[in-house]
Amino acid sequence: MSSTLKPQDLKVVGSRPLRPDGVDKVTGRARYGADVNLSGQLIGKVLRSPHAHARILAIDTSLAEALPGVKAVVTRDDFPDMPEEYAAAGELTINYRDVTRNMMAREKVLYDGHPVAAVAAISESIARQALALIKVDYEVLPHVIDVREAMRPDAPLLHEAQYTEGISPRPDRPSNIAKRIEFSRGDVAAGFARAEVIVEREFNTQPVHQGYIEPQACLASTTEDGQAELWTSTQGHFVFRAQCAKLLAMEVSRIRVTPTEIGGGFGGKNNIYNEPLAIALSRKSHRPVKMVMSREEVFRATGPTSGGNVKVKLGATKDGRITAAQAELNFQAGAYPGSSVAPASMCAFTRYDLDNVRVIGHDVTCNRPKVAAYRAPGAPIAAFAVESVIDEMAAKLAIDPLEFRLKNAAREGTQTYYGPKFGTIGYVETLEAARAHPHYRAPLGPNQGRGVATGFWFNIGGETSASVNINEDGTVALMHGTLDVAGGSRAAMAMMVAEELGIAYEHVRPIVGDTAALGFNFITAGSRGTFAGGMACVAAARQAIERLRHRVAAIREVPVEAVAWQDGCARPAEGSAHQFAPMSLAEIGRVAGRTGGTIAGHAEINAQGAGPGFGTHIVDVEVDRETGAIRVLRYTVVQDVGRAIHPAYVEGQLQGGAVQGIGWALNEEYVYGADGVLQNPGFLDYRIPVASDLPFIDTVIVEVPNPRHPYGVRGCGEVPIIAPLAAIANAVAQAIGIRFFDLPLSPPRVLRAIAEAAGGPA
Amino acid sequence: MARISLSSSLAPFTGGETAIELDVANVRQLFAALGERYPELASQLETELAVAIDGEIYQDALLQAIADESEVFVFPKIAGG
Repeated sequence: MSSTLKPQDLKVVGSRPLRPDGVDKVTGRARYGADVNLSGQLIGKVLRSPHAHARILAIDTSLAEALPGVKAVVTRDDFPDMPEEYAAAGELTINYRDVTRNMMAREKVLYDGHPVAAVAAISESIARQALALIKVDYEVLPHVIDVREAMRPDAPLLHEAQYTEGISPRPDRPSNIAKRIEFSRGDVAAGFARAEVIVEREFNTQPVHQGYIEPQACLASTTEDGQAELWTSTQGHFVFRAQCAKLLAMEVSRIRVTPTEIGGGFGGKNNIYNEPLAIALSRKSHRPVKMVMSREEVFRATGPTSGGNVKVKLGATKDGRITAAQAELNFQAGAYPGSSVAPASMCAFTRYDLDNVRVIGHDVTCNRPKVAAYRAPGAPIAAFAVESVIDEMAAKLAIDPLEFRLKNAAREGTQTYYGPKFGTIGYVETLEAARAHPHYRAPLGPNQGRGVATGFWFNIGGETSASVNINEDGTVALMHGTLDVAGGSRAAMAMMVAEELGIAYEHVRPIVGDTAALGFNFITAGSRGTFAGGMACVAAARQAIERLRHRVAAIREVPVEAVAWQDGCARPAEGSAHQFAPMSLAEIGRVAGRTGGTIAGHAEINAQGAGPGFGTHIVDVEVDRETGAIRVLRYTVVQDVGRAIHPAYVEGQLQGGAVQGIGWALNEEYVYGADGVLQNPGFLDYRIPVASDLPFIDTVIVEVPNPRHPYGVRGCGEVPIIAPLAAIANAVAQAIGIRFFDLPLSPPRVLRAIAEAAGGPA
Repeated sequence: MARISLSSSLAPFTGGETAIELDVANVRQLFAALGERYPELASQLETELAVAIDGEIYQDALLQAIADESEVFVFPKIAGG
């Protein structure tokens, strides 16, 4: 499917109708994970490790099982061990051997909060009493939290049989460095030799949580003949089904997963946590089991994104051409291998057209929760470092920072250092739109500064299914399998189907189908929802139109070639000798049952051709020199989205990504004590931005259509979180003349730096 | 023969080789040939790698055709949050 439509041809795409799930959400009717209940349900709770690292010597559940009201207890012994087996699950791949251990610890606990046992009881209070009665005999082991410490040869080892992959020959000692990955192009040494100016810096970022408002919640119900139903808040119900089936040794067809509304995910709901436990407890108790995480559990035991240590070296000529770029990215993976260091390495410098590049990444296990994806996984960490150095280089060369980026920008045909050449992309267009924006020229006051930074994400397609059912009154029931992760993609899908069929948006009712209703769908991640979901919905609509044309040809007794589909009606094709009375969709729907049966279109595709996304951000900040507080005064996001199907929801994505990036830059961090226990597992002590912290986030939608999508969509959800970290750090550097290399830029850190710069005590 | 470029990240699994020519008609044949030539790479091919064929990126597309003179890049698969 290729994009040939021009905006002036479009009647629905590009408009701003209300979302179909809107009324339910503003009236409280929408059912989220914790809103689903079944009669007779039990409450499931998890016993979690109080230690960062310990060997499990014994688990005694006998007292808990004897407690009245307790109906089931599960531990490691209730789940089959899994061999190493890799599968796609969102952020890179998962290894089922690790997944089953993360779900329920086996030999060791590897982080504060690691599940050790789970109980199902008739009430939450009894479930909690039961947890207190479970005796776990631990041998506490030394732990390691910091990524740089974890990389040392003498660091406590999490996995005694883990040898660093990607090094040849294979190392002879195990290591917390699970993998080394290297991307290179050209001759970096020669590039630096040609450089007239070199900037070399080291950066550190802290792990941050996705901060979704709705904690993980699920309800499982099993039957004696081995069937299971699961309701859960997820970004990928088909992937959850697959993982539960694997971990519980069940046939896929025996598990039906119905996704609930989701109160945010951002990558954090790509992974199973309580779902297999709930099914296992239900199997054992013969009762439905509901499990809802507390916020503390979300912080202690679900995956944040990595913290990172990044070293960047950049060389350039005095006229502003980059001659060489080099980076080392060291990412915390948490308890099991699999951080986002690979994609972060692949996109560290990808915004630039470079001849000489070398990027080395290390995936490092440490005693924290296993990391999960978080919008453009890893890219913000890499961009914080690289875009800070780009900014510093531009300042040293006395070149405007946007101009410096334009001089070196990737364009169509640019060879990336990780693999393919770029096709049609819109990076330059975002830079030029930012440069032309009034924000970029607005005056600044004392202690105020302006920063810019840019972001890139690949975007993906993947397996996707959709059905378009023509109802008997000519309205349309649209069922798709890509979850609407609250961004409004249901509206976008309905709009594309309405555009194809030539009918009003309000006549298409979109719903997300459960796992028994459609073929497989990959998770909603990688900015694929509207891209891949849209491709499937359009393909299904086009199949329905073909079937409508055939039906009308049969009804009107004309050749099918004589029937065209236009403006919601079957009409005589232009120039056809066969004339007939047009039939509207409503007229066809009314007679469909008596002329061959209902009419539908279906599509089951593996969407290819995702278009890379680029964004440029401008931010103004003001630094309070007395408190160290940073106030964001003005923020503008400029992003190429290919084409905005529903511009308001695209703007929402750009604003939301920017806000999450602002939180990452200014305040958010996991704080661990010397004992390896998380000190701030709640929103009181883990501070995300709230509305009063923020200005209106202005947006500029740039549209350089993706030629591989029927409406030009690229995907837009991930790019906007990439640039804010560096943009804010660059703005602060301009405001007070101090460049920060560690995040977050919290008041104590800023105040300390101001004092140091003034020659006072730190 | 298609011109195959392997991402530098795969060099540890190919003895350092990153550019070869192969007579393959689709991605499945490409992966089979690469697995035979580089046994250490075999376990990653179908689950962890993507290909770009004449500038178009494909993931999980074993039957995608590769033309005789195609330019093919093999690199790590992408997902996201």
